[in-house]
Amino acid sequence: MSIQQRDAAIVGIHEFPSRDVEGELSPLHIKAESASKALADAGLTWSDVDGIYDAGEGGASGLTIAEYFGLSPTVIDTTNVGGSSYQFHAAHARRAIAAGKARVALLTYGSTAHSSVSRIGTGGRGMGGYPADNLESFAGLTLIANYAMCAHRHMFEFGTTSEQLAEISVATRCHAMRNPEAVRAMEDLEFLDIRETTIDDVVNSRMIADPLHLLECCMISDGGGAVVIAAPEVARDCRRKPVWILGTGEATKYPLGGADITSSAAVQSGPIGFGEAGVSADEMDIAMIYDSFSITVLTILEDLGFCPKGEGGRWVEGGRLRFDRPSEGPALNTDGGGLSSNHPGMRGIFLLIEAARQLRGESTAQVEGAKLAVAHGNGGMLGSRHSAGTVILGAD
Amino acid sequence: MAESTRPLPNFEESDTAPFWEGTTDRRLRFQRCSDCDTVIFHPRRHCVGCLGCDLTWHDASGRGTVYSYSIVRQSYHPFFRQHVPYVVAWVDLDEGPRLLSNVVGIEDPSSQVHCGMPVRVEWEPHGDHAIPLFRPL
Repeated sequence: MSIQQRDAAIVGIHEFPSRDVEGELSPLHIKAESASKALADAGLTWSDVDGIYDAGEGGASGLTIAEYFGLSPTVIDTTNVGGSSYQFHAAHARRAIAAGKARVALLTYGSTAHSSVSRIGTGGRGMGGYPADNLESFAGLTLIANYAMCAHRHMFEFGTTSEQLAEISVATRCHAMRNPEAVRAMEDLEFLDIRETTIDDVVNSRMIADPLHLLECCMISDGGGAVVIAAPEVARDCRRKPVWILGTGEATKYPLGGADITSSAAVQSGPIGFGEAGVSADEMDIAMIYDSFSITVLTILEDLGFCPKGEGGRWVEGGRLRFDRPSEGPALNTDGGGLSSNHPGMRGIFLLIEAARQLRGESTAQVEGAKLAVAHGNGGMLGSRHSAGTVILGAD
Repeated sequence: MAESTRPLPNFEESDTAPFWEGTTDRRLRFQRCSDCDTVIFHPRRHCVGCLGCDLTWHDASGRGTVYSYSIVRQSYHPFFRQHVPYVVAWVDLDEGPRLLSNVVGIEDPSSQVHCGMPVRVEWEPHGDHAIPLFRPL
């Protein structure tokens, strides 16, 4: 292993436990409570924070967050690239800390997508707000159908099957059933027949947008969380083991010139992150990969180099991604993922939180002695314009 | 219940107005850079292949192939929910641009649409303008 820069570490985490706040809490409430608990987890307090990172509370987001939290930050970053914003925030926080501009960075997320009845996946007009919308919104492309087009093309080019994609849902549900918060989430969101699933369960579930079935699609929950990232001299005195940020990569991709939708922006962000960390995909104990849909994970596993492009379907067969098969590795989304635990619209922060739990030895689907994890976020829409953020994390 | 309609574009929007103007006489238009020949789609003011801003409009033949597609079976949109299942597709025009559209004129989308399928444009009139949809060749 090459010499790694250990400039910044995750020292505090909190995942807001409720997935249905029944209209009684706002996103800001969820952020503030999560922030206070993550700071307590680290053994720090509000006055230690000098950098804030948040993907949105309207027009003057940074100002709103600073005032609501009662902070006087010297670094403010409100980058919003969709669900991978928190990977971008972790990358930026590490750089700000390494440059001496901040010592304690606070990343926050809160959403009431469930209780405000946001039809994220099936609203019928994609996400909106892009320059190309005026040429696309007439077609009724749902967000799920956007990802489904990636799956169809992957099947067409590489012979990938629905049964292979279902492996991702099955492994993730297996992990969710070990996580009491995930089980409660599925109960609160009125999932039917909450149990471990089989390949047959997934491919026999209702088709939402061909070829994606219901059990290949993430839930829409309320929720949020917070992550505290600190400089080494702070991290050494925190309550928890530091989880070092070893490398980061950021990228975007969009359909100009007919892009290949069987690969994602992870092709660009992955090598930057792994290269900076001086490690490779096959060394990862844990893969926290944004599972908006089964195809998102399959595509990104290939793009990050876990297997060659097009071989992901065969590679995931046989339960390889389960937490109890560490010799085959990596363990995928050990908290239960967006598919079966928590997806309030922008899941990226939970990838950092569960990767940190694993490297601290605190997961409900713990991989014994886990040392290295990749947390990879995908934002926007995989089949058209999207962002990718890769964060490589390591334990001492 | 009032009949809801397909969501229509803003035909006056500055980047795409020439594209929509072309649909009034059923021309499917795209931009190419006069300096470096890069095809630009969606339309804009500048070339992304070079530093030029001299883009010219060209008519596409209306023929292309389905790059990928999905069959939407669940939508909460007031118009589209009445039309499930329907096919959305990325269509690669022979001249290079990739358009998002619907494949229409098929009885059974599950068996009759596939990646690589040749299609041609079919216009759905809306006043003077028209929406470009595609039908199997």
